[in-house]
Amino acid sequence: MIIHNYTIQEASKLIAKRKIKVYEIVKAYIDKAKKLNHQFNSFLTISEETALMKAKKVDQLIADHQKLGPLAGISLAVKDLFSTKGIRTTAGSRVLENYVPVYDATVISRLNNAYTITIGKTNLDAWGHGASGENSDFGLTKNPYDPSRVSGGSSSGSAVAVATGASLAATGTDTGGSIRLPSTFCNLVGLKPTYGRVSRYGVISMASSLDTMGHITKTVFDNALVLNVTAGFDFFDSTTSQKPTDDYVSDIDKGVKGLKIGIPREYFQSLNSEIKGKILSAVKILEKFGAKVIDVSLPHTEYGVAVYYVIQTSEVSSNLARYDGIRFGFDRSKFGAEAKRRIILGTFALSAGYYDAFYLKAMKVRRLIRGDFLNAFKKIDVLICPVSPTPAFKIGEKKNDPISMYLSDIFTVNANLAGIPSLAVPCGFVKNSNNGSDPGLPVGMQIIGPDFSEKMLYQVGFAYEQETKWYLKSPKI
Amino acid sequence: MNLRKYEAVIGLEIHIELKTNSKMFCQCSAEYFGARPNSHTCPICLGLPGALPKANVESIKLVQKLGLALNCNIQLSNKFDRKNYFYPDLAKGFQISQYDQPLTSNGFIYIKNQVEQPKKINITRAHLEEDTGKLTHATINNRSVTLIDFNRSGVPLVEIVSEPDMHSSDEARDYAQKLQQIVRYLGISDADMEKGSMRIEPNVSLRNAGDKILPLYKIELKNINSFKFAQAAIEYEIERQTIILDSGKIPQQETRGWNEVKKQTVSQRSKELAHDYRYFPEPDLVPMQFDKIFISKLKTKIPELPAEKIKRFQKQYGLSAYDVDIITNDVDIANFFEQANIAYKKNTPKKIANWIIGELLRRLAQSNQKISQLDILPASLAELLYLIDSGEITNSSAKEIFNQMIKTGNTPKNLLKLMKIKSISPDELDLLVSKVLLANQQAVKDYKAGKTASIGFLIGQLHKKTQGQASPHLAKELILKKLNK
Repeated sequence: MIIHNYTIQEASKLIAKRKIKVYEIVKAYIDKAKKLNHQFNSFLTISEETALMKAKKVDQLIADHQKLGPLAGISLAVKDLFSTKGIRTTAGSRVLENYVPVYDATVISRLNNAYTITIGKTNLDAWGHGASGENSDFGLTKNPYDPSRVSGGSSSGSAVAVATGASLAATGTDTGGSIRLPSTFCNLVGLKPTYGRVSRYGVISMASSLDTMGHITKTVFDNALVLNVTAGFDFFDSTTSQKPTDDYVSDIDKGVKGLKIGIPREYFQSLNSEIKGKILSAVKILEKFGAKVIDVSLPHTEYGVAVYYVIQTSEVSSNLARYDGIRFGFDRSKFGAEAKRRIILGTFALSAGYYDAFYLKAMKVRRLIRGDFLNAFKKIDVLICPVSPTPAFKIGEKKNDPISMYLSDIFTVNANLAGIPSLAVPCGFVKNSNNGSDPGLPVGMQIIGPDFSEKMLYQVGFAYEQETKWYLKSPKI
Repeated sequence: MNLRKYEAVIGLEIHIELKTNSKMFCQCSAEYFGARPNSHTCPICLGLPGALPKANVESIKLVQKLGLALNCNIQLSNKFDRKNYFYPDLAKGFQISQYDQPLTSNGFIYIKNQVEQPKKINITRAHLEEDTGKLTHATINNRSVTLIDFNRSGVPLVEIVSEPDMHSSDEARDYAQKLQQIVRYLGISDADMEKGSMRIEPNVSLRNAGDKILPLYKIELKNINSFKFAQAAIEYEIERQTIILDSGKIPQQETRGWNEVKKQTVSQRSKELAHDYRYFPEPDLVPMQFDKIFISKLKTKIPELPAEKIKRFQKQYGLSAYDVDIITNDVDIANFFEQANIAYKKNTPKKIANWIIGELLRRLAQSNQKISQLDILPASLAELLYLIDSGEITNSSAKEIFNQMIKTGNTPKNLLKLMKIKSISPDELDLLVSKVLLANQQAVKDYKAGKTASIGFLIGQLHKKTQGQASPHLAKELILKKLNK
């Protein structure tokens, strides 16, 4: 089997049985990352030296019969919003082009303690602002399933790193869909955890009340393995929950018998019919396994994008204030157009005389949106809906039309506003060209559950994935 | 100035740094005074990308304690907000503060008015926020530079806002001093104006005498680092605004700073340039909830406050209102007084008070020191009083010794030896009394025969023998004791 087609589960077994050296795998991933970077631009920094050094160390520990856990020696790509001690962290912005953090984000130290190996920092829409990856100040990341299309954003480099076999897992941040969208566009599994389940400490803030720290993997099982390490209370993040974490891997094969799946009707109106078909056939499969499907309504859905763009930009305007040119390198003239747009929008929304009409009102509607979900979860266990109204779109297609770009988030922002978890899982491909060897463009679905229901989301995703195994369909590169 | 034509309307905003071990939102030491610049910093108080605040529960409790001492309502649910503005000393580009839900609100304290009657000053609110870094302007290699020290960044601050209930600079000073006294009694801050741990910002405007409504403008005064300057700035403003009003104009609403060199207030920022702080709830911190049990437990931790202590001292020690006011002004002095009373069991609070007011406080004022900076123990004062009362030393020797006690913290008995001060031990004195009686048998006989006047002669003799060491009062006591045996 080719190294680049491994899942974490497979690589982990081989490493533990000492059938393959960590150094060998890490070297292979770094070589791939370097080789493909000029083509896809998924990495902003490749930390070859430290990665190889650490790989040797882990090999030594394994040779010494140390028990290291399932993520030991697993190659990791890190979104360039996560502070990494000693490794440049740019947020995808020229403002921080030369900024090197003096500390690790909590997620990074937890992953380091699990002996993962960071091979590099991945590209993104600057500061996380974008749905396509095109807002990166260092150039966009191309979609490996069709390089004329976007990879989805903002965790664009993270998704492409995993999709192209340049890493086994990648961290991401999801403020309005930034993990789920690129995961879907690149045929990957992406988790947006419950707000408060994974620490935000050390991750450059976009919109504090919406930001969640998740990750992207090829399979549902792999995804659960990573959450087992990153989840849990953090003293340094007051918004993390004290609620004990689950073992997300155990009982992952529990199945969906008797599970009540809600289909929110608002998410299926005006939806690309091919995508709608893919999702409904995924639901059919779950039904076949014993799930019950129920039609539900989330009446405030349509206000999501508007509410999101008021709250998110307000918090962005405040969170970006510290990049005033006095420290961290460059001044505000280095902010890109999208960052400036959001700073201006947010500053306006928070201004005296406008606060009540915008920010306060948005916060009230936000509560109604969460209320919709809580109501639905009285009757059902999980919701299934699309991630994106379209498959990956053409590069440049929406670049100059911010509103249509913002609407890419239409199905994803509500989970952030409500603070609830959502797992994006691949559910097939739609035709892209008449070329017989073209696998087409990936489509994904969201499995959304109540607060802290990640374990259940994995069980649903796993049941579906076992039947379909879309992850085996690699891009032709 | 046209007296009584206008009435000054004055409110105070006072910032006080809280004495906590660690800063408001991180674990760095909050004790920054004199520390090497930027040595008390971490990703949080430097506002590094990704760092998040973590609220220091201790500082919240201190503000609630202050609120209780200021008769405020303690809000059971409240939150932090972001106050957004740019300044190089502000690490995050916003300050974490409290906007519409302060920890405590609606309180009051009493000051004394011109005729020494209690006057109520209402307190709008007392809330918690973080301090900023400190800028230093310097010239390095012939270049003008501004240096930032973030040691102070994130130190907890309480802001106490009064109602505009004061009408003179004296009242404003009295209120600020009373507040300082309460804060020091609570032990929550040094509230030292010179070190910047207490900062006063008066709002001053004038209205026609007799009016009840607030003037349409107000002048905010900043950069004030002593009570004296606060008073001077207010006085200056009253005069300046009087002239403007007399000319038929209304003073422009603005922020003015006190320039101590020119003894003037100087315009800093006009209304048009006033900040829009764009307050919104701090999303990185969760809202706070307290229950009534927590608050009532906190109440039990409030020490005796000045007003109560004054009442008790008058009653318990029979001191005059004047003495008590002086002794209770500084809680450390009040405690010293009480400890000395406990140590010297003879019931002489007035004597102890006299020594504290006449000697201790006078010398502290001379050397511009606080009692907390001295090593002198209350028991040493008690010992000194014992030496005087037992006739070992004279009052004037005692004063010399006391001077050294303050300087060195040494005990009176040790100093007596060290300083080679003339003294008579009780045994020696006893012997001298016996000698005097023996040498003056006639006078003794006269006394015993009922000629009590002869005692005066004996006292005189003893006084001569001791070269004035034994006071007439003590000499009489000792002689009578022996004669009546």
